[in-house]
Amino acid sequence: MNKQTRIERTSGRELVVTRTFDAPARLVFEAWSTAEVFKQWWVPKSMGMTLHAVEMDVRVGGRYRLNFGDGMDFFGRYVEVSPHSRLAWTNEEGGEAGPVTTVTFEEKDGKTWLTVHELYPSEEALDAAGTGAAEAMRETFAQLDELLAARIAGSV
Amino acid sequence: MVQYTHDHFNASFAALSDITRRGVLEQLARGDASITDLADRFDMTLTGMKKHVGVLEQAGLVTTEKIGRVRTCRIGPCRLEEETAWMERFRQLWDARFDALDQVLEDLKRKEKTDARKKRK
Repeated sequence: MNKQTRIERTSGRELVVTRTFDAPARLVFEAWSTAEVFKQWWVPKSMGMTLHAVEMDVRVGGRYRLNFGDGMDFFGRYVEVSPHSRLAWTNEEGGEAGPVTTVTFEEKDGKTWLTVHELYPSEEALDAAGTGAAEAMRETFAQLDELLAARIAGSV
Repeated sequence: MVQYTHDHFNASFAALSDITRRGVLEQLARGDASITDLADRFDMTLTGMKKHVGVLEQAGLVTTEKIGRVRTCRIGPCRLEEETAWMERFRQLWDARFDALDQVLEDLKRKEKTDARKKRK
């Protein structure tokens, strides 16, 4: 099974990420819509950040909040909730520049084809998001380098 | 300048959003080719390939030159690195995230199996 993550900027304002998962849509949906499960994977260790708390009220109009400590929160509300097939929410922490994220789950032969679609209000907003992610990644790797260097120095 | 970069980015992204065009770029990275060569290789009509090459040419990713009756295509002056780097950042993030999700799903599947067994007992 090909587990390659594909990412395409399908237009100036849209970014689409796709990937296949070796699990039925019911479980993949659960991983996206249950706070304690979501918390286990959304922020990979390599990001160097810790997700302190996740609140999710998964129903249309319900709110969610991801807390990274130090008052750093990501939040918004759900605009579409169709169990096991579709989930969409707003991203409101950045004011009006935030995208609407739509995730679709398509099951075939017990595997799930996942699509994450992000629609930004403007091209500038998506360009800025790319730059922001760049800086975050650079910082993360710099932190990791430091950590590794300290480990190596300490072990000698 | 900013606007130029912006438009240029868009043209490049549009050009790269198609699997055939990405294939053509990969092919040209290995060596120059005529439109006919490319059409053959990608099992496409000459008209179809001309369109794809036209989009790539407009984005500055490919240049073409007509010598006699043959139009030769080669990799253009616009470097791909900027665009690739931009996408690569997003890909790294999602890749790491999805690898973690794989693990979580394995746990969920195992748990479901155990629960099903318990129920049967």
